[in-house]
Amino acid sequence: MGVLIRTERLSLNFGGVIAADNIDFSLEEGERLAVIGQNGAGKTTFINICTGFLKPTGGRVWFDGKDVTGMEPRHIVRLGLGRSFQLPQLFLDHTVRQCLEISAAARSGKLSFLLPLARSVDAREIDHTLELVGLRDRSHELASSLPEGQRKLLDVAMALMLNPKLLIMDEPTSGVASEDKHDLMATLMRALDERKVTSWFVEHDVDIVSRYATRVAAWIAGKVAADGPPAEVLASEAVRREILGTA
Amino acid sequence: MARLYDIRVMTVLGSLLCLILGLAFPWSKTPIIVGLCFGIATLGVAAMVRAGQVSFGHAMYACIAGYTVAFLARAWPQLDGLLLILAGVGASLLAGAIVGVFVVRYRGIFFGMLNLAISMVLFSVIGKFYTLTGGTDGLRINRPTLLGFEFERAGFETVLLIGTLAAAIGLGFLVQRYFQSASGEALAGIKTNETRLEYLGLSARRVLWNGYFFSAGLVGLSGALFAMVQGLVTPDMGSWLRSGEFVFIAILGGSGHAIGAFLGAAVFELVKLFAAAYMTGVWQLLLGVTLIFVILVAPEGIIGLLMKKSALATRRGG
Repeated sequence: MGVLIRTERLSLNFGGVIAADNIDFSLEEGERLAVIGQNGAGKTTFINICTGFLKPTGGRVWFDGKDVTGMEPRHIVRLGLGRSFQLPQLFLDHTVRQCLEISAAARSGKLSFLLPLARSVDAREIDHTLELVGLRDRSHELASSLPEGQRKLLDVAMALMLNPKLLIMDEPTSGVASEDKHDLMATLMRALDERKVTSWFVEHDVDIVSRYATRVAAWIAGKVAADGPPAEVLASEAVRREILGTA
Repeated sequence: MARLYDIRVMTVLGSLLCLILGLAFPWSKTPIIVGLCFGIATLGVAAMVRAGQVSFGHAMYACIAGYTVAFLARAWPQLDGLLLILAGVGASLLAGAIVGVFVVRYRGIFFGMLNLAISMVLFSVIGKFYTLTGGTDGLRINRPTLLGFEFERAGFETVLLIGTLAAAIGLGFLVQRYFQSASGEALAGIKTNETRLEYLGLSARRVLWNGYFFSAGLVGLSGALFAMVQGLVTPDMGSWLRSGEFVFIAILGGSGHAIGAFLGAAVFELVKLFAAAYMTGVWQLLLGVTLIFVILVAPEGIIGLLMKKSALATRRGG
């Protein structure tokens, strides 16, 4: 098992606010990392730096052995990093199926000019992914017509179509009704296991974290305050006091 | 989605109408060719509209192609018309490739205004360099040979009509293929979500540049053909008013399908002809009212309305 992503003394200041404070972090292949922390603790900022959306003011990031510090997101994505967002980033004027087809076509890096989109990708692969995330019935509806939970699934599915080595999901269950959260996570994890994708998700629900993660990292004020097996991290003093509010 | 069948029927009927009218009433050849030229140019502008971008400067590519035709035809009168047209398209593609590098960095109002600004610089330069460009009087072009044949005016116009119609059908088909290809759908993705394009490993600027490059070539072809049929090029070919007309037609016809550009151009030309005959002086008013009507009744343009009707009919089992 190799190290998939690693950061060294990664830092970012927004004016006086320290959003990332000298973070040394690494993630191995095969892990399922849950990131917890209060709003504003710097969880999404850290993802944004690692995926090239924000440039760090100090430190470096390596992905799959390559220094990707300051690279554009699209170049990091091409190295095998997929990402879904807290607010799903979909092509709202396209159908659910077309969204996945565009992803599949993008994977090769060369978009055809005259071949119809549907014929430039493997239809069975699209069907399979639609089935996997339970969107088969809605494949011909516009992405804009989906309810929030299904938008999240489509957002993840679009990232999955790229066959990434690592999938980062920012709050995949936020905005989803609590009774549906476990179904959604079970669906996602099934999809990730099937493709042997290493995953990293931001999550607030402790039940979900302890059930689906193999490792938990707790963010407090731009730092990784605790990192380790779920039971250990969730029981630690700082996490209980600062994040869970149970101490 | 409008059924393919409908589009084919519309294309065949429209083409026949152009040919029959053109041959039966020789005076109508020029307005029909001009209408088709507007349609071809609008294909390019519609590609930008699909990306959510409205350019108020695209007529500059018609102007560049038109003046290329004029310069070459005056320098080498023996050059064949087809070569002149190809050279015009080549010049507009080259200009589009270079200008595109800059303008694809901008979106929305900035994209529209930057195109407008560049087109106005060109417009002024052509207007000022009287000795080279003939200033606002423009340049006359003597009728060239076409594929090696010399034609009288009537024959020349007939050949241009057939050639322009063939180009319109062929390009309409190709542009529609482009719209539905991976590149074309990614282009439409610029309108809704550039972040996602980036996180699919694609460069939104590159995707838009491709579309911009094609659109410059399409508008350029329309300008080259326009120059040939008029036998004259003037700076007005590249004025922002002309660019505005392309945008007008794109909105009128709709950008849901390539044929929308030609439906829009047909309505535009008909309104203009009708107004010139019966409502001289207020033809802009008539165009304005038409546009307001279309925006209120069919915000997706004429083709959007037809596609919606067709989808409803299909759902009802029609």
